[in-house]
Amino acid sequence: MANYDFVVAVGGAPGQGIDTVGKSMSQICARHGLHVFTYSAYQSLIRGGHTFLTIRISSEPVANHGDKIDLVIALDRNSLEKHLPHVAPGGAIIYNSDDVKQAPEREDIQLCPISYKELSDNTDRKKLMLNICMFGVALNMVGGDLAVLEDIITLTFLKRKGQAITDANLAVARAGYNHAAAHFNPFEAQFTKQEPLAFVDGNSAMAMGGAAAGVKFYCAYPMSPSTGVLKWMADNARDLSIMVRQCEDEISVINMVIGAAHAGCRAMCATSGGGFALMTEAIGSAGMMEIPIVVINVQRGGPSTGLPTKTEQGDLWQLLGASQGDFPKIIVSPTSIMDGFDTIPELFNLVDKFQCPGMVLSDLTLSMGFTTFAPESVNWQPKIDRGELITGAAQTNGDYLRYQITDSGISPRAIPGTPGHVHVVATDDHDEDGGLISDEFTNPHKRRDIMDKRQRKMEGIAAQLPPPTLEGPEDAEITLIGWGSTHSVIGEAAQQLTEAGMPTNHIHFKWLYPIDEDAVNAVLDKAAHAVVVECNYTGQFARFLRGETGFKAAGHIRKYDGEPFMPHHIVEGAQELFGGKVGVYVPYQEIVV
Amino acid sequence: MARRERRTRVKERPVVGAPTARDFASGVSPDWCPGCGDFGVLSSLQNAYAKLGRGNHEHLTVSGIGCSSNLPGYVQTYGMHTLHGRALAVATGAKMANHEMNVVVTGGDGDGYGIGGNHFVHTMRKNVDLLYIVMNNQIYGLTVGQTSPTSLMGMKTYSTPFGNIEEPINPIALAIVAGATYVARGFSGNPRQLADLMYNGMQHKGFALIDVFSPCVTFNKDNTFDFFKPRVQELPEDHDVSDKGVALEQAVKWGDEIPIGLFYQDTERSSLEQMEPVLENGPMAHQPLGISKEQGEAIIRRLM
Ligand SMILES: Cc1ncc(C[n+]2csc(CCOP(=O)(O)OP(=O)(O)O)c2C)c(N)n1
Ligand code: SF4
Ligand SMILES: [Mg+2]
Repeated sequence: MANYDFVVAVGGAPGQGIDTVGKSMSQICARHGLHVFTYSAYQSLIRGGHTFLTIRISSEPVANHGDKIDLVIALDRNSLEKHLPHVAPGGAIIYNSDDVKQAPEREDIQLCPISYKELSDNTDRKKLMLNICMFGVALNMVGGDLAVLEDIITLTFLKRKGQAITDANLAVARAGYNHAAAHFNPFEAQFTKQEPLAFVDGNSAMAMGGAAAGVKFYCAYPMSPSTGVLKWMADNARDLSIMVRQCEDEISVINMVIGAAHAGCRAMCATSGGGFALMTEAIGSAGMMEIPIVVINVQRGGPSTGLPTKTEQGDLWQLLGASQGDFPKIIVSPTSIMDGFDTIPELFNLVDKFQCPGMVLSDLTLSMGFTTFAPESVNWQPKIDRGELITGAAQTNGDYLRYQITDSGISPRAIPGTPGHVHVVATDDHDEDGGLISDEFTNPHKRRDIMDKRQRKMEGIAAQLPPPTLEGPEDAEITLIGWGSTHSVIGEAAQQLTEAGMPTNHIHFKWLYPIDEDAVNAVLDKAAHAVVVECNYTGQFARFLRGETGFKAAGHIRKYDGEPFMPHHIVEGAQELFGGKVGVYVPYQEIVV
Repeated sequence: MARRERRTRVKERPVVGAPTARDFASGVSPDWCPGCGDFGVLSSLQNAYAKLGRGNHEHLTVSGIGCSSNLPGYVQTYGMHTLHGRALAVATGAKMANHEMNVVVTGGDGDGYGIGGNHFVHTMRKNVDLLYIVMNNQIYGLTVGQTSPTSLMGMKTYSTPFGNIEEPINPIALAIVAGATYVARGFSGNPRQLADLMYNGMQHKGFALIDVFSPCVTFNKDNTFDFFKPRVQELPEDHDVSDKGVALEQAVKWGDEIPIGLFYQDTERSSLEQMEPVLENGPMAHQPLGISKEQGEAIIRRLM
């Protein structure tokens, strides 16, 4: 059988239960063993406005929302009008004929009007369950199992809303399902059944990674699109024995994390660009005091308050430049939702070893997207290595030096409460013993020694970070270069290009900073005509790469309209830049929400 | 400012028997100007630490930035000399991570009531079990003499050459209404009482503020030792510390008589750590890391 690859999209106003449909649909797919990736184009309004949720369903793992839409569920007239043109030929659109005076016109797709009034026996004037009814229709057309739907409706509603509401939802779902069976043509490609999968959003995956890494202190100030991490942590705090706090602002957040980390916890926080900006001074203080912390920045469109509900990769330079002066730091950008899970323990081991801040650069696409995964693929007990940590009660004779100068730059770290190791950590620069060298007698030799010591850690870090990978044919004519969340969409574009006779490969970066110049150049040397693909205006990564390695890309594909890349955006850009052309290609976003 | 004579810490000695104030001296000579009010605060704190009877390693002294914030370097305890204005946030994190430690925060009026004002209000609201000692000299000392949130009206400073036209903050009244559960005022010229206030503040379960008149002899020529000596008066013996209204009445007094001592104490309200169920197995920092396979599987079940 050819790969199953099908996209359902749900459009409507916030409050119409799009998330319920999205979640239930994903859950049903997961139970059928089908892979899912979702992307929700939404707006900041709590009510009013328009939301368009794309659910890509595949027999193979997927990590982007694809190019085409096979089936649209239009919960309101606005969605019908807006998204009718987006349905791929051969696809279908489900809408409520009660709302529509004139049938929409398109001959190359199946129009699926339902009268919700009839299907609900006119019992739901407010159309509270229209979403569930249409969901029943859609599920029938793709060959989903009604029993699984019933099961999930019961799971969704029974505990929270009681038996009566559950029954009412079951009734409209069945009515929709049966109506479709009688009146609409099912899609040729139908759901298959394989081993069930689990599904999760990107923020939860990073939170779970934190729990597995041994995070014992988490705090945050709410900010889209990072708040999901706080939610997961708060929900699970008691079960997993994690201290979770909401703070008065992001300055408090980061400083609390520093305090908790210094006192011995693995401590983490998450925010978005604006909150991260408030944290910058303290990030430098973690570098100066040599305290290991993990900060997640979930990027949204900037600058300033920017686009709270839209995606971007626009904070790279903010992270690179966060805080004054030079200090060791690590920046990593997960390449998929489940990579976000694995990244957190990996990063904690690094920051514990090198005693410095670690920053995770996620974005809305990755953090708010949902994906499926095989339950047994999750490593709940990753390696935990806390580095050179002194916690034992061994009495020293008092000669402990917190910032002892060593070849590696790493000085054994005593946790407060440990007898015999009393010391002060300071944000002023200091000598090996933590004594200030900044005040009256700035001592240039001590300053140089302690700077050298701290910065030596960067060599150790760079040597330990895996270089980027080159994927696809070796003898390509074009090389796409990307970083972070775009791994899957660039990979898919490269594959499409190769299949269309334009051999294309792909170099992708996860570990961004520090860079081991030689190791990275060894990979970049293999690049053909190079095109950097990223979601920002100025080509932040291209500039970074040039500065760090001297590598100058010829072409650029940049998107900064708030919507994530779809594979064809990159394909079109690569076609434009094919044959050695240079320049910047900015794709056109067709689906406007 | 004074030349610092001794710059290196003395070796940490295991304390034998009951500790004394000397056991809490780090050996580093403070770089404060001779006569600075902060010396009295330092010696009171060393006495209070000693009286508490715990080992050096069981205390954490946290500060921000300012002359007064240099204090952690001069006491023989674990110390954190954090960013300007951020000491309370850092200390809250540390206390939450290891609530068995005695965490004391020290700093200046600019540090705590100015740049750190947001943390000040919210740390009191949360009633975190910390002792917060503010060396209030009504001036920015370290940056050589600008107006501070507690500078009096009319005061001439580097940044207010024609006199300050902003009303000062009243930290005592603010603390009482913001939710602090131990609110006191001390005077560096009265170190014995100050040490008692500190000791009791450390024993208090919840957020304790001690605002200390700690004159800056170099940059504040108005609010000097001589200004305070005749004015400071112990709160009346029958002052009811459990009565918020009475405490506030005393808190707003200013002029020829300025009350010092314990204004307000609430011994009923639980501190944040006492409210937090995840601490029931002991300090977070001592908990085993990671989660069990069973816990992981339970999480996955909820995702299917
Ligand atoms: C973010 C930041 N802003 C400004 C400063 C400069 N600065 C250092 S201490 C200080 C004020 C100190 O006043 P106070 O807290 O009252 O302490 P004092 O020196 O009077 O004891 C200022 C403004 C700084 N270190 N950091
Ligand atoms: S507060 Fe004033 S007196 Fe004290 S050290 Fe600073 S400048 Fe000198
Ligand atoms: Mg001051």
